[in-house]
Amino acid sequence: MATITLDKKEFEKHVKFNAEIETKISMLGTPVEKVDEESISIDVSPNRPDMLSFQGFMRSFLQFIGKKTGLKEYKIHKPEKDFEVKIDASVNEVRPFTACAVVKNLKFDDNKIKEIIDIQEKIHTTLGRSRKKIAIGIYPLEKIKLPIKYLALNPKEIKFIPLESDREMDGLQILSSHPTGREYAHLLEGKKKFPIFVDATGEILSMPPIINSHKTGKITETTKEVFIECSGFDFKTLNKTLNIVVTILADIGGEIYSMNLKYPNKPQVTPDLKPEKMKLNLENVNKLLGLSLKEAEIKKLLEKMGYSYNKGSVEIPAYRIDVLHEVDLIEDIAIAYGYDNFSPEIPEIATIGEEDKKQVLAGKIAEILVGLGFLGVSSYHLISEDMLKKAGKSEKLEKIQVRDSKTDFTILRQDLSCSLFKVLAENIDSEYPQKICEVGKIFKRNEKSGTGIEEKTQLACFSIPCNFTQIKQVLEYLGRMLNLQFSLKETEHPYYIPGRTGKIILKDKEIGVIGEIHPKILKNLHLKMPLAGFELCVDGLE
Amino acid sequence: MSNDILDMLSLNERKVLPHLNKGLKEICKSTGLKKEAAIRAIEFLSNKNIVKISFSDVEKVVLDVNGINYLKKGLPERNLLNLLAEKKNLILDEAKKISKLTANEVQAAIGALKKKAMIRIKDNKLFLEAKPEEISNKTLDEKFLEILPIELNKLKPEEKFSLDNLLRRKNILKIERGKVLNWELTELGKKLMSEKLESREDLIEQLTPDMILRESWKGKRFRRYDILSKVPEISGGKKHFVNQAVEHARKIWTELGFKEMSGNLVQTSFWNFDALFTPQDHPAREMQDTFFLNLSGNLPDKSIINEVKKSHEGNFAGSKGWQYEWKEDEAKKVVLRTHTTCLSSRTLYELGKLKDKKGKFFAIGKCFRNETVDWSHGFEFNQTEGIVVDKNANFRNLLGYLKIFFEKMGFKKVRFRPSYFPYTEPSVEIDVFHPERKVWLEIGGAGIFRPEVTKALLGEVVPVLAWGPGIDRVLMDHYKIQDLRELYENNLTKLRKMRFW
Repeated sequence: MATITLDKKEFEKHVKFNAEIETKISMLGTPVEKVDEESISIDVSPNRPDMLSFQGFMRSFLQFIGKKTGLKEYKIHKPEKDFEVKIDASVNEVRPFTACAVVKNLKFDDNKIKEIIDIQEKIHTTLGRSRKKIAIGIYPLEKIKLPIKYLALNPKEIKFIPLESDREMDGLQILSSHPTGREYAHLLEGKKKFPIFVDATGEILSMPPIINSHKTGKITETTKEVFIECSGFDFKTLNKTLNIVVTILADIGGEIYSMNLKYPNKPQVTPDLKPEKMKLNLENVNKLLGLSLKEAEIKKLLEKMGYSYNKGSVEIPAYRIDVLHEVDLIEDIAIAYGYDNFSPEIPEIATIGEEDKKQVLAGKIAEILVGLGFLGVSSYHLISEDMLKKAGKSEKLEKIQVRDSKTDFTILRQDLSCSLFKVLAENIDSEYPQKICEVGKIFKRNEKSGTGIEEKTQLACFSIPCNFTQIKQVLEYLGRMLNLQFSLKETEHPYYIPGRTGKIILKDKEIGVIGEIHPKILKNLHLKMPLAGFELCVDGLE
Repeated sequence: MSNDILDMLSLNERKVLPHLNKGLKEICKSTGLKKEAAIRAIEFLSNKNIVKISFSDVEKVVLDVNGINYLKKGLPERNLLNLLAEKKNLILDEAKKISKLTANEVQAAIGALKKKAMIRIKDNKLFLEAKPEEISNKTLDEKFLEILPIELNKLKPEEKFSLDNLLRRKNILKIERGKVLNWELTELGKKLMSEKLESREDLIEQLTPDMILRESWKGKRFRRYDILSKVPEISGGKKHFVNQAVEHARKIWTELGFKEMSGNLVQTSFWNFDALFTPQDHPAREMQDTFFLNLSGNLPDKSIINEVKKSHEGNFAGSKGWQYEWKEDEAKKVVLRTHTTCLSSRTLYELGKLKDKKGKFFAIGKCFRNETVDWSHGFEFNQTEGIVVDKNANFRNLLGYLKIFFEKMGFKKVRFRPSYFPYTEPSVEIDVFHPERKVWLEIGGAGIFRPEVTKALLGEVVPVLAWGPGIDRVLMDHYKIQDLRELYENNLTKLRKMRFW
């Protein structure tokens, strides 16, 4: 989700902002995050990069509220002389595609320059996946000489002064010592050759997707004409991205010129603003939405979303990237209809509800223990290294670790007791006696399971102060209530005091362990009273 | 009236009542009660409006650690004096040895005795100077220790002198700030005091098994209790409040005819993402958002893999797809489920094997995201999932199910906004209205599964209504919890106080 900030004054040139308009904005699928004297901040979801700018948002919003509805036409001028980009085969290995255009007759002021930079950055981070898939470059035409060449060179041979720097660097130096270079270095790391745009005089314009040249790469208030390139790995995506950028520039008064792209195999001309066509079945619309709209109504609704409709065929604006299927059109019809205008309705279908058996059992067990005064707790499935240490788990224990956790909780618990120890250790200031229990999942490695991890549902039950007799009473009560014959067999376990530890056995199967907790663990947990408890697997108990 | 009140007095209150015009010490003396018991009785009398109590700040002289010891074993000077009384004279070093006093204590003892001219030192030798009656009399300091604790502003001049003496010495005395109980008789109190308290041996305190058996209570009266007086809090066992809420939600879904889905928290990316038409380069599939394990899982059988692969790559179920090369290895990556929707994708796959592809299913469970922990974020959260598979299901039905669920969860006003998820279209954001704060709370997402999802999993395009809003915010709201961390902190004191759902 990307947030864009609209200038309130500019907004109000089109429509007065009030509570009703604020709701309307939300009902377009772009919730209003913040409003103040000067600005309106809204969230734009990732499927609508065409709305990531003031112009782009207003285009859709004004249509949505019934102004300037229907497909918006954009005029494209034919390429002038030298409006050409030659793509060298050397880029195939590193960043194979580009889509380019020229826009003339622009009048930039501070606001508009900021907006252009903004949309570039917003597309980079969202649709461009942090410049990996898409990088956009915009250059003042007066500083460069067409035609342009897109090629890849050995990084040592690439030498220019990058933006925000005052000295010439080579490709590798940019990656290692320029701040932007370092940020995006991973995108070119290990590549033998780095891609560059070079103008007719041999001047390097940029090294995508990293940085532009200081000399040719910055738009100013005097810029009237620009050269735009989008580079990446998928020509169609780049084309659409270029469409988003050029239509915004056209909306602020620019004139779009296409360019000849000389690819080694097949020449192309971009941008291509011809609307795509998609079939729409009206019955599908009404069936999926639960409405009974007439064709004329559907046509009107589609026009409010910037489409045109004619006899079952919809024309899709060239800046829309998110229309993959008829259902995408149907959603837009629903949005135009207004989500708040749908009357919710529950169909009369007879089905029989059913709870999961495991949950029913867990609920039963909880109820039995609650009757004995136990408090149910609810702990995390992830535990910290520190907690494992306190529970006396050896370093050698094979841990199931999650990658790159942002907290200390990095290990999937292999028993529930450890989680309950944590609760007791954190509650030494709460009133005693403390009796706690939890039914929860634990994790074990198991090659045979589909993920390599087997999950078991366990019950753990601890009481403090408590001795063996008292905790055995709890276990036996639980067994009697569930009609299960638990038996015990002496055993040893790292948590428990030898001689006061038992395996819990049900039908010849070992399902858990019970006993008095070893004082060395109590010391680690800062517990000053005897603790006793048990943990057992409840899978298959019924 | 006064008789009723007299009937309510406990034994101790009754003892204290006639002496209320005296000080606390005298009350203790006359009644034989300990100080704490007397104070408590006076407090109870104030509950009955017999006295009016207040507390004032005082500074008290109390015994410090050495002082407590000396009160039992005698001051060092007393020990030394007794020793000298026996031996008449002593070599200094010997005095130290025999007396078992520390060097400091000997020093202090000599200083104190010299000051009173009870001893004399010559050539490293101590000589007794005191007369026998001087030896047997208690010193002022000793007397002072015995009357402690005492209020600082009530000291007599000679006590003040002892205080100064002893404060100079190590850890004998300290001055403590504290509160002292003051009371004043009310009109009712004065009246009761003037009445002669008849013997009340006929009043029954505790009813005993013996009384019940012998019916000895007959002809006697029960002491009236002050039923308004405070009693200590107790608490019982109970289910964790999050589980109570989850059970409530589970009940709603089953009442609505939904069948519960269950499944693992550890899943392959295939079920969590790929089967739900989430492109392999989607930001949610990056390590900074999702917990990955260093494991590679198994994929289901080839046919379903191929369908999912096609759905991503394009020209499938009438969709252009995402148009990239879908890779099995990415789908094998093992994650902690980021949503319960992975259970829906598995359920749809199983349903796809049946002839009759319909049903209503739900799940409530923990999900994970790689997050730091603060008041509004956590790495584990609860989600409630639901799907309705039916060839006639539509968008209005989706809104209908959601509306009734949240109404039953306690939100009378529910609002739906457009939203975006890779696997639903139309997509919905659910807001519930908070009547006290007068704001809409964003609860979570829903939608109708895209044909790319249903065609791949079910084998045909059937509308599947789906939702997966988080329920932690609903819980926080219900229990008036401001900080998300409280849901899982397991503070037993708070859990004991927490009310039922």
